[in-house]
Amino acid sequence: MPETSSSDPELLNRLKAACKDTLKCMQCGVCSGSCPSGRHTALNIRRLVRKAARTTDVLKDEQLWMCTTCYNCQERCPRDIDIVDVVLTLRSMAVHEGIMLAEHTKVSELLLEYGHAVPIDEERRKQRVELGLEEMPLTVHKYPDDLKEVRSLLISCGFDSLLDNKGKRNAEKETI
Amino acid sequence: MKGLSLFLGCVVPNRYPGIEMATKLCLAKMDIDCVELKGASCCPAPGVFRSFDTSSWLALAARNIVLSEEMDRDILTICNGCFSTLADANRILKNDPVLREQTNGHLAKIGREFRGNIEVRHIIEYLHKEVGPDKVRSFIERPLNIRVAVHYGCHLLKPSRERELGSFERPEFFDELIECLGATSVDYPDKTECCGAGGGVRSAQREDSLRLAQHKLSRIKDANIDCIVNACPFCHMQLDAGQEEIRQRTGIIYNIPVLHYTQLLGLALGFSPDMLGINLNVIKDNKFIGKVENE
Repeated sequence: MPETSSSDPELLNRLKAACKDTLKCMQCGVCSGSCPSGRHTALNIRRLVRKAARTTDVLKDEQLWMCTTCYNCQERCPRDIDIVDVVLTLRSMAVHEGIMLAEHTKVSELLLEYGHAVPIDEERRKQRVELGLEEMPLTVHKYPDDLKEVRSLLISCGFDSLLDNKGKRNAEKETI
Repeated sequence: MKGLSLFLGCVVPNRYPGIEMATKLCLAKMDIDCVELKGASCCPAPGVFRSFDTSSWLALAARNIVLSEEMDRDILTICNGCFSTLADANRILKNDPVLREQTNGHLAKIGREFRGNIEVRHIIEYLHKEVGPDKVRSFIERPLNIRVAVHYGCHLLKPSRERELGSFERPEFFDELIECLGATSVDYPDKTECCGAGGGVRSAQREDSLRLAQHKLSRIKDANIDCIVNACPFCHMQLDAGQEEIRQRTGIIYNIPVLHYTQLLGLALGFSPDMLGINLNVIKDNKFIGKVENE
C-alpha cells in the first residue's frame, strides 16, 4: 500500500477536522464489546476511534475494511460519536489517497461498465425467463441511454479517476 | 399517500430473480399500487461506494430517486442496502443545501434535478405500517405452520435515529409480519446480529465475512427452525450461498432453507415454491418444500 506519511501536515489537518468528534471518546470499550466483526476478525473499533484524529497511519490500517457497518457501536456509544460515519470518512480519505482493496477496485469497474455492482450472468438470464420475467431486468441493463447517464454522472464526479489514481499510486510505490 | 415504484437494485434481479418474481406476485395479489422503476442502476451499494466517495454515491442515488420523483411515486426497496443508500441519500439531499446544490450540478449534465418530494420505503416497514399484519392475514390462502428464524439485517433498523422504527435491540415489527402468516417466529441468541456481508466485507474479506455468517448460522441451527427469513437479498446471499462456502472450507453442513420475506409471503398467498424461485437457492431442501405444500 502507498505511504501516507504522518509528516503530511495537510492530510493530518484534514483528518483532524473530519474526525474531531472522536476526541470525545473516553475509551470505554462499549463499541468493541458491541462489534460483531470484532468477535471474529482482527477489528478493534475502539482502537480505530482512538487513532482516527491523531495519525494518518489510520488510513493504511486494514482493520478499516473489516467493519460491516452494522451500526451497533454507533447506536450504543455513550458519547454519541457517530462511529460508522467516522469509518466511512476514513475509508473515503484512504481511497482518495490511492488506497483501495483489489476486490473493491473490481466492483467499482463493474459499476462503471454496467451500472450494476453485481451485473447479470447467463445462468440468471435463463432463470429469469423460466420464472416468467423479462430476460433482462428493466434497469440500466435494459436501457442503454440510462446506462449512459449513469456513466456520465460517475465521470462528472471523478469516480473513474479514483480508480486511475489508485493505479498511479501503486506505480509510484513500485518505483520507490 | 403516493403510489410506489419498485426499485430492484443489483442482487435481486441479477442473482436471486425469484425474489423479484415473488415481490411482483405479492404486490399484485394484495392490490398495492406499484410500478417498475425503469432505467434504475445500482443504488449504489452503501458498504462499498459510500465508503469510497460521497459525491458519486450521492449523485447515483439521487438519479435513482429522481426517476421516481418524475413519476410522482415513492420508492419501494426490497433490500436493506438499497434502503440504506436511498433513504440516507434522500434525507441528506433534502436537508443539506450545499450537498444538494453540488449533486444537482452533476444531475444537470444529464438533464435531471433532485426535488426532494418523495419518500423511500422498505417493503417490511411499508407492509407493517401501511397495510398492517391484520390486513396481510386477510389475504392468506395457505397458513404456514412452520418455525421461522427471522433475520432483520442491520440497515433496516439502523441508524435508528434516522430509521425511526423503534428499538434496534429488540424489534418486533418483522416478527409480527411473520406470525400473521400462521408461522412461529422463534427467538434465538444474536437474532439482530449482522450476517457479515455488509460494509464491503463480503466482497473483499471473504474469510472474515464467512466467520460472522457461520456464527449466525450456528445460532440459528440450534434454534430448531424450518427456515431463515430475511428482508435483504445481500443477507440472503450471505446466508444461502455462504452455507456452501462454509461447507467447502470447514465441512460443516447447515442445510437451512433461506427465504426473502416476499417468498414466504408468496407461499402464504398460495403461490407455488417454483413460481417464487425458492428452488433457485444454493441450498435446496425438498423436506421444507414438502412441509409447506402438504400443510
